[in-house]
Amino acid sequence: MTETVKVRGIGRRKALLAAAGAAAGSGAVTGFPTIWAQNIRNVVLRQFGTGVSNQNAIAEKCKEDLGITLQMTALDSDAVVQRAVTQPNSYDIADIEYWMCKKVFPAGTLQPMDTSKIRLFDKIVPIFTTGKLRPDSVIAQGTAPNTVSFVDGPGSTRFASSPTQWFTMIPTIYNADTLGIRPDLVGRPIRNWKDIMDPAFRGKTSILNIPSIGIMDAAMICESAGVIRYGDKGNMTRAEIDTTINYLIQAKRAGQFRAFWKTFDESVNLMASGEVVIQSMWSPAVTAVRSRGIPCVYQPLEEGYRAWGGGLALAKHLRGIQLDAAYEYINWYLSGWVGAYLNRQGYYSAVLETAREHMSADEWGYWMEGKPAQGEIKNPQGQVMERAGAVRDGGSFYDRMGAVACWNAVMDEDRYMVQKWNQFIAS
Amino acid sequence: MKGKLAALALASPLALLLGVFLVVPIGTIVVVSFFDYDSVRIIPDFVWTNYDELLFSPITWKTYLQTLKFAAITWAICLLVGFTVAYFLAFHVASPMMQTVLFLVCTIPFWTSNIIRMISWIPFLGRNGLLNQALMSVGAIDQPLEFLLFSDFAVVLAYVHLYALFMVVPIFNSMVRIDRALVEAARDAGAGEWQVLRHVIIPLARPGIAIGSILVVAVVMGDFVTVRLMSGGQSASVGLMMVNAMSLLQYPAAAANAVVLLIVVLLMIAAMLRIVDIRKEL
Repeated sequence: MTETVKVRGIGRRKALLAAAGAAAGSGAVTGFPTIWAQNIRNVVLRQFGTGVSNQNAIAEKCKEDLGITLQMTALDSDAVVQRAVTQPNSYDIADIEYWMCKKVFPAGTLQPMDTSKIRLFDKIVPIFTTGKLRPDSVIAQGTAPNTVSFVDGPGSTRFASSPTQWFTMIPTIYNADTLGIRPDLVGRPIRNWKDIMDPAFRGKTSILNIPSIGIMDAAMICESAGVIRYGDKGNMTRAEIDTTINYLIQAKRAGQFRAFWKTFDESVNLMASGEVVIQSMWSPAVTAVRSRGIPCVYQPLEEGYRAWGGGLALAKHLRGIQLDAAYEYINWYLSGWVGAYLNRQGYYSAVLETAREHMSADEWGYWMEGKPAQGEIKNPQGQVMERAGAVRDGGSFYDRMGAVACWNAVMDEDRYMVQKWNQFIAS
Repeated sequence: MKGKLAALALASPLALLLGVFLVVPIGTIVVVSFFDYDSVRIIPDFVWTNYDELLFSPITWKTYLQTLKFAAITWAICLLVGFTVAYFLAFHVASPMMQTVLFLVCTIPFWTSNIIRMISWIPFLGRNGLLNQALMSVGAIDQPLEFLLFSDFAVVLAYVHLYALFMVVPIFNSMVRIDRALVEAARDAGAGEWQVLRHVIIPLARPGIAIGSILVVAVVMGDFVTVRLMSGGQSASVGLMMVNAMSLLQYPAAAANAVVLLIVVLLMIAAMLRIVDIRKEL
């Protein structure tokens, strides 16, 4: 991205030189000798989404490999939903999460992709197509990606119950979330979601105060504690919401929680300072605590994980060369470099085989297979994340993604749930 | 006629500015507060549901009470602290030079952003924070004091720290204008220190007290960051209710709440102005 800005700012001769360089680069690196590869070189695609997958390094590499300029805009998740629906001409590619897709796609501002134009479609992790990671897997509750991955036809906004030729989103990153603990301070093995309600941890726990995600963690806790068994955690009835919130209010009145966090850094500080010893957490936050030399474990639990995922969707207005460029970008996205880049951050990517080709055997073993690291494990910026001997919390990709109990979701009773959540916070 | 035109012309820039940046936005908020909404859109309409859901929910009343409680406690402490500091500066520091220097010292905390001033309390008050460690090492306590952080105490502490100066400045300003001859006359007439304070200084500092009170109360009533950070999300405030609604794209609900809050704060300020007529006394 910076490269294009520079090109625009300087004289014609230098611009020509730079363009020549970019052309040579694109020819050498892509490995996709498509007929129109030359035409798409000057296309600009406007992509917006949450900060997690909207990374400048990807835009730079894309420019280098394809010549396509990606203009990235990062917004918080609420703003993303709103923009996707209300300003359909302000973007070309929407980087949204699957639960958002359930809200956004029916609004008719996106167009489905033709799977025949996606070269590696068959290699995409089946969570996003059939919904079953392995043939014998059970599809988790909530907005499971496969339930919103396909529509009936090219102009349709109705989700299809089984795979069709029309794909709504190309998965970018996804992960399985659980509780983070301070192994040095909890003083006992943690095995279940309900352990966060253990009176021994009174005043030393936290859950996240983002209603749509917090309620899912709360549901995992309630079900684990035997308070309630949900029909579908991702789509609760009013009675189920009442029971869940009442349980939380009781716990809050008893002083179980130290704080509720809303942002990534708050969760890191709560854990690092010892204010809490067990709490809802996101994977990079655990890494951040550990990088300060403080022990922190992303604890796998018997009931399983709460998963989330995001993907790229095409704006409805895309056509002609822009649409071709968007397909080319998506094909490039799946071709390995990006996948490896994301896997190295502790997320998972859509096509594992190609990502593997861009990772060392040690990296692959640590991040994806749950094997002990042989040497130092570094993040994409080159900082050391783990030393030799470390094993990823929760183990391999199949151990973690195979134990998903529910996906982040939007409920039909969304509005009621938020009112009740506010009551919990105000009580 | 010409004079009238000139006056209008002179007033028009301010009128325009207020119109564009105050009247239009508030008007928009009022209009939106009657809109309907679903999970992603706001739908132009005229419905009372937003006010209905707001005013007939016990959560709203509880939250308003909680916010008023914060405002009242903060106001009382800020008044005590602000008045004392201003009184000391105005009457016990002799040289105007020294007054200015000390006054500037009071503003030093304001050289950093209020978020930073707030956040810096967290490592100080935390369970393993400086204060608890210090108290434990001198043997004053043997368990860390948990109420220091993520509590109503922490919220009020941060408010006082952030807003006491808003009280100091106007009161100090009123006090330095008090004619010293009045104080001397009172003394000559046999008034003691307390009587001078009670019958001369406080009545004459009333406009400053009123302005300071309006500033503190208005700021606390609308706050959401301090409550969220210092209570660790355990406490609610009206501002926080609005933020929650907005983060779920429920703009009409937040707008209705904003309108109600605006009315409440305006009523409070009107009440204060009934007690002290600022314009008459300035």
